[in-house]
Amino acid sequence: MNSKIAKAIKDSKAYLCMECGKCTGTCPVSRYNHGYSPRILVNKAIRSGDLDLLKDKNIWACLTCKLCDERCPAAIEYIGLTLTTRLEAKKIGEQALCSHGGAAQSLMRIMTTPELEQKRLDWIDSNLKTTQKGELLYFVGCLPYFDILFSDIKVNTLQAARSSIKILNHLGITPVVLPQERCCGHDLLWSGDMENFEKLARHNIEEIKKSGAKKIVFSCPEGYRTFKIDYPKYFSTDFDVEHITETISGAISDGKLKFKNLKKVVTFQDPCRLGRHLGIYDEPRKAIAAVPELSLNEMTRSRERAICCGVSAWMNCSTYSKSIQRARLTEAKETKADLLVLSCPKCEIHFQCAMNDEKTGKEAKIKTIQLVTLIADALEDT
Amino acid sequence: MKQAAKKTKKRSGRSTTRRSSKGFEPKIVAFCCNWCSYPAADGAGVSRLQYPTNIKIVRVMCGGRVTPSFVLKAFELGADGVLVATCHFEDCHYMFGARKAADVHKVTEKLTEMLGIEKERLKLDWISSAEATKFARVAQEFTDTIRRLGPSSIKKRLGAISEAIENE
Repeated sequence: MNSKIAKAIKDSKAYLCMECGKCTGTCPVSRYNHGYSPRILVNKAIRSGDLDLLKDKNIWACLTCKLCDERCPAAIEYIGLTLTTRLEAKKIGEQALCSHGGAAQSLMRIMTTPELEQKRLDWIDSNLKTTQKGELLYFVGCLPYFDILFSDIKVNTLQAARSSIKILNHLGITPVVLPQERCCGHDLLWSGDMENFEKLARHNIEEIKKSGAKKIVFSCPEGYRTFKIDYPKYFSTDFDVEHITETISGAISDGKLKFKNLKKVVTFQDPCRLGRHLGIYDEPRKAIAAVPELSLNEMTRSRERAICCGVSAWMNCSTYSKSIQRARLTEAKETKADLLVLSCPKCEIHFQCAMNDEKTGKEAKIKTIQLVTLIADALEDT
Repeated sequence: MKQAAKKTKKRSGRSTTRRSSKGFEPKIVAFCCNWCSYPAADGAGVSRLQYPTNIKIVRVMCGGRVTPSFVLKAFELGADGVLVATCHFEDCHYMFGARKAADVHKVTEKLTEMLGIEKERLKLDWISSAEATKFARVAQEFTDTIRRLGPSSIKKRLGAISEAIENE
């Protein structure tokens, strides 16, 4: 058995598996892709833990949405095992099937070049106040790239960044925005590319140190997860991290944010990174509840049971992903909400892509909005 | 011992020449469509027209097939310049392919510009199968431009590989 896999089995307590199959029963991928089963992969890891497992194409099909972890009666950390398996598989030359021809991965790998002079701040308009050096930093992430790469499906993920800065400005904070910030490396890590993940992370930590920031605010849950869980695991960091919804809910408690009336019914999609990975369920709901006349209709499967948006780390997008997305959108539509509130740029891209699909019927078409945008638009002018 | 010292000296000498634009040989990837630009390159060869050997041609069925991922992958692997050559709009074998290539090219251009890759390193051109001379001219001009710009700042993974082979 591969020693790293053996350690991962120990760490994730995979040896406790009693083969009840609840993980497969709850897995959104298994529901449509009958060839995929988390239970079988755990089984393979315990039995051989070597090439049999590493060469299995199914290890790349997992969304790492953590729904199986939530459900497992033995509390096995399945995604921890998946991550190690992928890192080991990459070492023997296995790789995932990258969506979009691997354009996103190429972008991230190009970003590992230290001398790169990116021009990524064009979206900051004159009424947003940002700075180069300061205490608080807003981490934009790959949003400027996403908006160009997915311009054909007309997404506007940058609106979330503009709204986040608007809210921070409203609270009297002028955030630092790094001109040479890199991708956080989340997608490379989850596709097993440790080498380039490390390069990106070191560069980001260095840039943050130079800016003098002590606290980093995110609007992207994936970046938040990576900075909060993965960076401290591999590097020494000396900054606090916070998601923008935490900032908003804190400000609401302090009475610093006042809202206009907004007569709308909305429903909320819990992103897997923000929800199950980091346990932030109440903050976004608190923000929605603070806006007068805005009401929230929960979907049947919400909070811990929320279904993922169908693709993770830009790999293995398939008809199964589309089925997951369509099912989730239908569920959102069934709540009779006017708007589906999202808080992850990838959810926005994936759902928009599914709605553009000609096979998607009217029952799965709903207008989407980012949570920060909803909040920023509802702010009372001062 | 002496030999080893000589070897390291030689290697360091090479790496400095790589960085300076003098003696720098650009690596250029050209995506040529099967129906126009590739036959044009072929024609240039048949009629013994001279054009730089820095251009490495990748044949694609249609220019419309060249997505941002192709170009980004080329840059990622250490290309100093990327040329996308398609049919003229009205000649396209697939009616709309060349137009699609032009549309996709706009997206790719924006991405590379945001990444900080110089605009001149990426070029789209329309070369029909009868324009062998144009192909040779475009290849020459593009190579000259890249030579002037110097090596791309993106890590030279391909370069590293070929250097390793040379050193052996």
